Amino acid sequence: MDAIFLQILNGLDKGGAYALIALGLTLVFGTLGVVNFAHGALFMLGAFCAVTLNRLLNISFERVSETETNFLGKPLVEQVPYLEQWFGPEVAGFLLDWSVPISILLAVVVMAIVGIAMERGLIKHFYKRPHADQILVTFGLAIVLQEIVRHFFGANPIPQPAPDIVAGAANVGAWLGLGDNLIYPWWRLIYFLFSAVVIFAVFAFLQFTTFGMVVRAGMHDRETVGLLGINIQRRFTIVFGLAAAVAGIAGAMYTPILPPDYHMGMDFLVLSFVVVVVGGMGSLGGAVLAGFLLGILQSFASMTAIKSILPGIDQIIIYLVAVIVLLTLPRGLMGRPGVAED
Amino acid sequence: MTFRNPNRRKILKIGAAAGVTTLATPYFFSRGAFAQSMDYRNAPEGDTVTLGFNVPQTGAYADEGADELRAYQLAVEHLNGEGDGGMLNTFSSKALEGNGVNGKKVAFVTGDTQTKSDAARASAKRMIENDGAVMITGGSSSGVAIAVQGLCQEAGVIFMAGLTHSNDTTGKDKRANGFRHFFNTEMTGAALAPVLKNAYGTDRKAYHLTADYTWGWSQEGSIKKYTEQLGWETVDAVRTPLGAGDFSQYLTPVLNSGADVLVLNHYGKDMVNSLTQAVQFGLRDKQVNGKDFVIVVPLYSRLMAQGAGENVKGIFGSTNWHWSLQDEGSKAFVKSFGEKYGFPPSQAAHTCYCQTLLYADAAQRSGTFQPSEVGKALEGFEFDGLGNGPVLYREADHQCFKDVLVVKGKENPDSKFDLLEVVEITPREQVEYPPELLGGELGPYNDGV
Repeated sequence: MDAIFLQILNGLDKGGAYALIALGLTLVFGTLGVVNFAHGALFMLGAFCAVTLNRLLNISFERVSETETNFLGKPLVEQVPYLEQWFGPEVAGFLLDWSVPISILLAVVVMAIVGIAMERGLIKHFYKRPHADQILVTFGLAIVLQEIVRHFFGANPIPQPAPDIVAGAANVGAWLGLGDNLIYPWWRLIYFLFSAVVIFAVFAFLQFTTFGMVVRAGMHDRETVGLLGINIQRRFTIVFGLAAAVAGIAGAMYTPILPPDYHMGMDFLVLSFVVVVVGGMGSLGGAVLAGFLLGILQSFASMTAIKSILPGIDQIIIYLVAVIVLLTLPRGLMGRPGVAED
Repeated sequence: MTFRNPNRRKILKIGAAAGVTTLATPYFFSRGAFAQSMDYRNAPEGDTVTLGFNVPQTGAYADEGADELRAYQLAVEHLNGEGDGGMLNTFSSKALEGNGVNGKKVAFVTGDTQTKSDAARASAKRMIENDGAVMITGGSSSGVAIAVQGLCQEAGVIFMAGLTHSNDTTGKDKRANGFRHFFNTEMTGAALAPVLKNAYGTDRKAYHLTADYTWGWSQEGSIKKYTEQLGWETVDAVRTPLGAGDFSQYLTPVLNSGADVLVLNHYGKDMVNSLTQAVQFGLRDKQVNGKDFVIVVPLYSRLMAQGAGENVKGIFGSTNWHWSLQDEGSKAFVKSFGEKYGFPPSQAAHTCYCQTLLYADAAQRSGTFQPSEVGKALEGFEFDGLGNGPVLYREADHQCFKDVLVVKGKENPDSKFDLLEVVEITPREQVEYPPELLGGELGPYNDGV
């Protein structure tokens, strides 16, 4: 029982990340009709916003130690953060401890700008080109972005600890009266709640604001909305920025779970595409549903009891489900007729 | 002298003179000249000899590869008489004089393995066929090492393995043209088990998470073998895909498995991720079977420890070499490397530097670059002064035998490099095993002709 409960929790936090990436991916596809292979790279860039903020907070001046020596026996050059010098160790310590949640603010701004620049500077030239061209150019862009990150941050993962207060594990079993074996990391629980809040906010934005209404109308019939005198292209550009910001904050918050490296976007990209396809191309609800569903299935497939019956199932479960869904429901779980069928 | 009217007496005189000259020529001179003229793959013709450094310059091990390349460049400098000489000054063999090898200046070409067997073979092939590399060295994965070793055997050049820890490199997949300085999982098991026994006792239940490729299988096998000999029980051993990223789905079953030890047979990025996540799952704060839950990482590197940060504290593992060692060789190497690059070398850098020096020394002692001759000079070669105490390059499997370091994540590091403390130097005798244990056949040397 404990094991099943743990795998459900695990599926939920994993699914949260899949759903957040897939949400942006399907939003861009639904509005602009572009298959954006650089979306995983945006998730990675968001994660590196957290790393960058941490580094900015750690900008230091050098002070030659009078007592300590370095590994060559020469006087040690100490790095003292300016922050510590200006505000004292307590404030500096607090800011550094909470740098990951604070980095969300940085990620939203930076990623929205990156998204809009990407759409205006590159992707708009490919609207009328075949999907294959779009895939090639965005895939190329993803490689360029990750190589830039590798150049500046190296190839090794860079750990970003969660704030001390939530660094450990929560005794979920005690809350539910299920014993002490049911423990789960605080940060992963927070990530699941965070993803739920972001997903809800995006839906609310599209559902309850005039901007959202126009965007939804544009997704249905771009031409008619344009004939009504609305500059739908500008709205869609902003949607691209929104999708990039969602991917970015998803990445920034994911850093305590997975120390970011330049390649993490590619690792998530393929899975997210499967999520979008299973959910239904262009369907926001489908992306979220499929994200959580596939996250949970992947977790269950890794259980020893299941692997002993079907060895290797943990590696193929997602793709197996995708094949079954596409054979039975060719438009995906919640796909609408007419999307990606021209 | 003219031979317009040759007669029997003249011919006999000339023949006798030639015979006397040949006999009077110093042995070392004629031997070298003879060997140089022999036909073998990529015999250097000009005044340089080219070595091929095949390291991961992109991909998940790019940082490790960058450190290997730094070490190779340093070794080449020292061989050519530049810099402070590094471990050439402490190396027990004095054949090398800092003026190149066999009178030729050492040059090099590089290739990118990308930590992929096919890419590594392609770059090694390019260096052998297009650049005339007489020896290939490097790599930081056993899968790559075994693939490139096979290629070098077929091509007829020497392969000096870089960082490769699987038993198979000098076990079932060994080749005559391949040599390994780095230790292997069998030695890790033999060195680590007694330390684990002292620290955690003999009544333990272990759960393995294992990288699903040759090195992971090899390490899982060795650690199981030695810990089960101690009396430990292996509860489960789960294979995880290489580069899985998120290991949470493999960690949650550990919580209810009844295990009180988690063995992470992961390296590089996988180890950083799995260890960080295991700590987040509260495994190190857990009590199981009335004991503290512990994690073991059998193969450690300083670069990995830097990636995992605080999480490595108190965790046991083994390493081939560590920059904090205080013997003369290690000190000389750390000084050379540290002054050139500003930080201490990793174990990958150390093994690659040593391999270059060992190859160059063997070539110098045999007076040729012919693979079979260089190989014979390495076989059974005993040396000291390269940072691991007295070392033997065993003839039967081309594996180096030396002391093994058991290390622990340091509780209070003094600097960002000072992450591991050496808790025991396991003597060479304790980690030696009969060559037939790991199977395989060296087969004959291939000189590429």
